[in-house]
Amino acid sequence: MTDPWSQLEGSLDLRPATAEDAVAGVVPRWVARPRTTDEVAALMRVAHEHGFAVVARGAGTKQDWGLPPRALDLVIDTTGLDEVVDYAPFDLVLRVGGGVTLDTIEALLAEHGQRLGIDPARRGTIGGTVATGVTGPIRLAHLAVRDLVIGMTFVRADGVVAKAGGKVVKNVAGYDLAKLFTGAYGTLGIITEVGFRLHPRAEATRWIGAQVPLPQLGGVLGALAQEQVVPSAVEMDVPVDGRSSLAVQFDGTAAGLDGRVGRVRELLEASATQIAEGDEPPFWWGTEPPGAALLKVTHVVGRATALAQALREAADATGVRVASRGSALVGTAWVGVEAPDAPSFARFVEAARAATMQLEGTLTVVSAPPQWRDAVDVWGPVPGLELMRAVKAQFDPDAILAPGRFVGGI
Amino acid sequence: MSTIAQVTGELAERIGADKLITDPQRRQTYECDGLAQYAVVPGLVVLARSADDIAATVAVCARAGVPFVARGSGTGLSGGALPHADGVLIVTSQMRSILEIDPVAQRAVVEPGVINLQLTKAATPDGYYFAPDPSSQQVCSIGGNVAENSGGAHCLKYGFTTNHVTGLDVVTPDGETVSIGGMAPDPPGYDLLSVLVGSEGTLGVATRATVRLTRLPQTVRCLLAGFPDTDSAGAATSAIIGSGCIPAAIEMMDVLAIEAAEQAVHCNYPQGAGAVLVVELDGPEPEVEAQFAQVEAFCREHGAFELRIAADEAERALIWRGRKSAFAAVGRISPDYLVQDGVIPRTALPQVLHAIAELADERGCRVANVFHAGDGNLHPLVLFDGSVPGETERAEEVSGAILDLCIAHGGSITGEHGVGSDKAKYMPRMFTDEDLDTMQMVRCAFDPDSISNPGKVFPTPRLCGERPGRHQGAHPLAEAGIAEVF
Repeated sequence: MTDPWSQLEGSLDLRPATAEDAVAGVVPRWVARPRTTDEVAALMRVAHEHGFAVVARGAGTKQDWGLPPRALDLVIDTTGLDEVVDYAPFDLVLRVGGGVTLDTIEALLAEHGQRLGIDPARRGTIGGTVATGVTGPIRLAHLAVRDLVIGMTFVRADGVVAKAGGKVVKNVAGYDLAKLFTGAYGTLGIITEVGFRLHPRAEATRWIGAQVPLPQLGGVLGALAQEQVVPSAVEMDVPVDGRSSLAVQFDGTAAGLDGRVGRVRELLEASATQIAEGDEPPFWWGTEPPGAALLKVTHVVGRATALAQALREAADATGVRVASRGSALVGTAWVGVEAPDAPSFARFVEAARAATMQLEGTLTVVSAPPQWRDAVDVWGPVPGLELMRAVKAQFDPDAILAPGRFVGGI
Repeated sequence: MSTIAQVTGELAERIGADKLITDPQRRQTYECDGLAQYAVVPGLVVLARSADDIAATVAVCARAGVPFVARGSGTGLSGGALPHADGVLIVTSQMRSILEIDPVAQRAVVEPGVINLQLTKAATPDGYYFAPDPSSQQVCSIGGNVAENSGGAHCLKYGFTTNHVTGLDVVTPDGETVSIGGMAPDPPGYDLLSVLVGSEGTLGVATRATVRLTRLPQTVRCLLAGFPDTDSAGAATSAIIGSGCIPAAIEMMDVLAIEAAEQAVHCNYPQGAGAVLVVELDGPEPEVEAQFAQVEAFCREHGAFELRIAADEAERALIWRGRKSAFAAVGRISPDYLVQDGVIPRTALPQVLHAIAELADERGCRVANVFHAGDGNLHPLVLFDGSVPGETERAEEVSGAILDLCIAHGGSITGEHGVGSDKAKYMPRMFTDEDLDTMQMVRCAFDPDSISNPGKVFPTPRLCGERPGRHQGAHPLAEAGIAEVF
């Protein structure tokens, strides 16, 4: 067989893959590191022509998320797409290559007193962050990743370059494909550039936290939601031993923070112990809970503690250990699971999912040891799956982009 | 029997003849939405009273291959709800039930015909409101807000409709009902809500929406500042935003818009102002007080000669009345006018305003400017007299040239009014063929036969069975007269 890549012009960075390039255990044949959108397009044209299966990889912090690809020929390493394309501090917008890391962006924006309101536990590239749609505690203030994305350039499965959105925040021209691609796990196209809206960094930030027993925590959260103190983040942590705590972040002026934090202190005093206030968050803030498996649960706001309690009961009933950490007023939480074996993990997932759905939430298994993962339905029920399949069939009819990684075998 | 007659007969049987309007004169009252330049009398009007009525109507249309268009209150400004002559207009304005308000969950569940302000009024006793606030909020429907991804003065801080919808029941163009999302965030799979919201009715009809409710702010402060000209008002805006403050709203009106508002609602804006700014801050009291003092200082520093601070809710309402009535008010100073909606990076504001003024001078017409200064969303109002030969065409030219200015500065052809019928022809100026082709992949996934609001958003319909980039011959729907080709 002739080298399928020989038709590519120039000195494209392409090498044979090694075991270290495995995606969820599947080793590709090649790894390419393009530097431009056009190079990604050239690679995709060849992949399209030969029916090669392709997975995009940024910093590689989430390669074990989702299901393993059904097939894998080429990994496109996006870290070469590392250009800051446009930063307009006075317009509070930023456009960067998919390979730029969150840390690079944070440092750049800090110089201008600004920030990108995305703070996930795993700090990889923009491409990976957007493709998985993950953020952290400050979602309460800045909303989800999809709400901050204002434009995107991507390469389709057939190698065609297309863009959506633009560089202004307010824009309703055409379908918002940039949001559709956010959280699509790389199954619709390869993200090469993303535009974001930015936020000013506050003059001062402060946290207040305390231990609050789970039975009282629901009441504290309810009271906090009724306050008009506008916290930037409200996080609860329920470790394996069940000693739950709450921490609240405030952004504002130094003068204004006292009253706002003070109001929360008053709310906490009735039921909390070890109330602490300071310029640093608690150690667990914005990190994933411990456990060999990582789950994501969602819930209706107001039901965070009911869900945490239900997860603990499901764990007790199935002989596994759980720790959860979540954004109570957003309605999302991460759950870490330690199980003795795959069958107990499967029983837990089933029981926990049933309990979650009863609370009108969802449970997905984000990552797990292969044997555990194989024993469960990773994504759970997916309303609208037929429409999603139809979308996938339009964008990637030959299913060469991350085949099988996403919901319903997409 | 014509197809529309056949559809009428079937629907009379399935949902009842009392919900159908067949009389030509009564149908004519639905010939346009808020953009009256475009008018088409619909083949049939269905006054839906339930999600089932909508599902049945769409199913019957799908089987017969008849196009349908959904319409809420009909306040849209891009002709998004322009009917189809051989199609069915599905009116949701009778579906006005707020199904649930759950202050603990911070969500409301509504039927599509619920009026935007109706929801806010219903949620206020619990301390919440629905944040998207288009100027038409007293009459516009939430179903329409969802279709158009409506914004409003306060979306600078609180976002657009897309940021506030967490669940939709949608009748897809094949007549099936799909529930996506709900009160909890992040349903697994593709973010279908992200394309449904703002799809202008081209992907189906929403029959129920779950939306976020926002906690009312502890305090709201509003000021009106009179400036000698738009440059100084623009400089104050930049200073405010540059200071790291995100006001709830910053609105600007130029001298012509002020004159119109003054005549219409006697808002008593500062005498002799070449521009006024309305700045509103909300949030926790101590934060707002600190920032408000800064905003006042920035306004004075950049030439504000008069500052009025609303002392109470009545004074605040008066300040806003001038702004919110501005579009209609222009009718007082001109027999006819076109409302434009374009976006530019905020920093390009002075340049673009000068370019618009030059353009107006050059073509000999007047342009009034009312806009969301904080996010660069311009609403130039091009004044003309339709009874004078050639003026209408000239106004349209000027209005189109303004969009070109927006695109040239890296902006958008629409910030909140939508593409609809009016701007489909401008889409290729902002997007490449590949970009538009890619968007149409979503359309093809949802609506392969192009029967859901055909002719809107996209300049040319695409044949869904084909691979992109290999279009040949006329689209069969275009040939059959179902879809329109611009």
